[in-house]
Amino acid sequence: MGKNEPPRLTLQVPEPPTRPGDKPDFSYLKLAPAGSVDRPPVHASAAQMHDYAYSLVRVLDDAGNAVGPWTPQVDAELLRTGLRAMMKTRVFDTRMQLAQRQKKASFYMQCLGEEALGVAQGLALGADDMFFPSYRQQGYLIVRGMPLVDMMCQILSNSKDSLKGRQLPVMYSARKLGFFSISGNLGTQFIQAVGWAMASAIKGDSKIASGWIGDGSTAEGDFHYALTFAAVYRAPVILNVVNNQWAISSFQSIAGGAETTFAARGVGYGVPALRVDGNDFLAVYAASQWAIERARSNLGPTLIEWITYRAAAHSTSDDPSKYRPAEDWTSFPLGDPVQRLKQHLIRIGTWSDEEHARTQSALEEEVKAAQKTAESFGTLATGPLPSASTMFEDVYKEMPEHLRRQRQQAGI
Amino acid sequence: MATMTMVQAIRSAIDVMLERDDNVVVFGEDVGYFGGVFRCTEGLQAKYGTSRVFDTPISEGGIVGIAVGMGAYGLRPVAEIQFADYFYPAYDQLVSEAARLRYRSAGDFSAPIVVRMPTGGGIYGGQTHSQSPEALFTHVSGLKTVVPSNPQDAKGLLISAIEDDDPVVFLEPKRLYNGPFDGHHDKPIVPWSKHPLGEVADGYYKVPLSKAKIFRAGADLTVLAYGTMVYVAEAAAAEAGIDAEIIDLLTLWPLDLDTIVESVKKTGRCVIVHEATRTSGFGAELMSLVQEHCFYHLEAPIERVTGWDTPYPHALEWDYFPGPKRVGEALKRAMSA
Repeated sequence: MGKNEPPRLTLQVPEPPTRPGDKPDFSYLKLAPAGSVDRPPVHASAAQMHDYAYSLVRVLDDAGNAVGPWTPQVDAELLRTGLRAMMKTRVFDTRMQLAQRQKKASFYMQCLGEEALGVAQGLALGADDMFFPSYRQQGYLIVRGMPLVDMMCQILSNSKDSLKGRQLPVMYSARKLGFFSISGNLGTQFIQAVGWAMASAIKGDSKIASGWIGDGSTAEGDFHYALTFAAVYRAPVILNVVNNQWAISSFQSIAGGAETTFAARGVGYGVPALRVDGNDFLAVYAASQWAIERARSNLGPTLIEWITYRAAAHSTSDDPSKYRPAEDWTSFPLGDPVQRLKQHLIRIGTWSDEEHARTQSALEEEVKAAQKTAESFGTLATGPLPSASTMFEDVYKEMPEHLRRQRQQAGI
Repeated sequence: MATMTMVQAIRSAIDVMLERDDNVVVFGEDVGYFGGVFRCTEGLQAKYGTSRVFDTPISEGGIVGIAVGMGAYGLRPVAEIQFADYFYPAYDQLVSEAARLRYRSAGDFSAPIVVRMPTGGGIYGGQTHSQSPEALFTHVSGLKTVVPSNPQDAKGLLISAIEDDDPVVFLEPKRLYNGPFDGHHDKPIVPWSKHPLGEVADGYYKVPLSKAKIFRAGADLTVLAYGTMVYVAEAAAAEAGIDAEIIDLLTLWPLDLDTIVESVKKTGRCVIVHEATRTSGFGAELMSLVQEHCFYHLEAPIERVTGWDTPYPHALEWDYFPGPKRVGEALKRAMSA
């Protein structure tokens, strides 16, 4: 190489800080103590909001105290409801994971460690709002009271599956509960949430939308579309990014999380953004409330990055021991959302270890009983499945001639 | 009854529907204040306001994405894609989302959207303003694909599309916006004001989807065509002295198969023409269907005249375009077999 030649270029390919066998290391996470971030007025401009995209809103401290300006004014019953719903979600996940292992269902996805997100925002949103989920917010459905048997029949793809066996397990649709049909393609629903919110504004209604996406899928064009359209039309929408550190085996740095935060994406679009402790039920509720109030007051969108950790495998088809340390979750500095809320409720004297244990066994019984009922309507392994003739329905509102012919040819 | 160009007829359909139904909203690149690069929405923002007719960012994926969300809300969005060639970034939103929403949610949600886009070549648009991507839509279950060929049908079909509860792709042959172009690019075009199909009623009327029309009745052979190629076929048949029965499909999918089968059984000969590339084009599907349903009535191999399997070449577009000469040769081959 000659003296004046430029250096050879090298390609950066980000790697997670730790791999299997390593000691977990979360020093890359930019944390802030609970209560250290102030709560701006909801009409704060995007320019005034710049720093919030790089800090971390937290309410619960390590001792279980609710501290600082983001502490929501909520009664204890709401918090107990939240805790029970998170516990129920976890019990539900455990049993459905097992049902998949027993081949009663083709597939399952747990939300272990992320329960606070769907549950707390499910409590904060209004009855007429619309939640555009990704696939790990089943806590929303649980807290909104979707019958467990209905959820299970979908997972088991049985004769009472309301989606008629057409969708992978957990790809629920529950319009009556304000829960949009889950696509299964990632990211696509982020921009749809913006469109739904724009429709509400066009009609002069007061409903708002909440779109969900994972850290990995922020790299899809849909994320960019959503931020652009939400900013341009000041859509009444909450744009939630679940940063659970992992997209299957890809660490969040592969989606561009190393050089900056996902919340900071909002800065470039002029969308106020918050970076929030997603394992802190009170912080999730408070930040959701803040964004809801903004949207409802015609002040436009909010981007929220929820810092959490995907404690379980991506799905039943994944094995995280192949790509990350086994004890990663237990070392995660933001802890377990269930334990943290439990600790807080005990601290404020509205919960106890005994009540927790009683609740746990009651939920296990409830979920077990629901599963028994659901399985009486069939499982994927044993049937009965939805009638095969329904396969040709709902492709169009009215069945066209070619589908009638094909149904005839299928002999069903 | 007034005479209208295809642009005016499309604008009239949108105008009528904006007036009749508060849930109809219209958006796309440059469609608001300016009224669209082809002027199909001219004056509509001034008439209905910016929340009903508005400009969008240059973002086809975003345009169709918001349309899906708005459709799920209960609106009837009419989205414009400036050229069909620009559509591809939106393909995921159309195929994976709009087309399947009703099915995957078992009717819990649906996306009653219309996506309009100018299609076809012959305007020296080069490879990015000339394509005919209809087969990319007809291949997708859950979509309806419509291609009008004249102002009268365009208006009635667009109103039907807007009122339809399923997603409709509405392809507007841009070479027909001003007149019935027959492929003789060296001759002046007859304006729609001098053509009977340029007569368009002012108010509300519908032309049903999934219903083909016999554009020209004839006894010698059947031509299956849509959009610009209807007029090319008409000219080619006249020049070849062949009494062709020309069927204007109007809706490609779901297809009006009965009209096709009845005609081919009568004539025993069939020529299929389209401007899009040949391989896996919609003509391949038509050819299969005619073979499946009319084989024992056929007296000649089915002919197919299409664009070549190349990108649309800018300066050489008249070598690419399946004009009256190529169509005429195919008609003669079908007659002599």
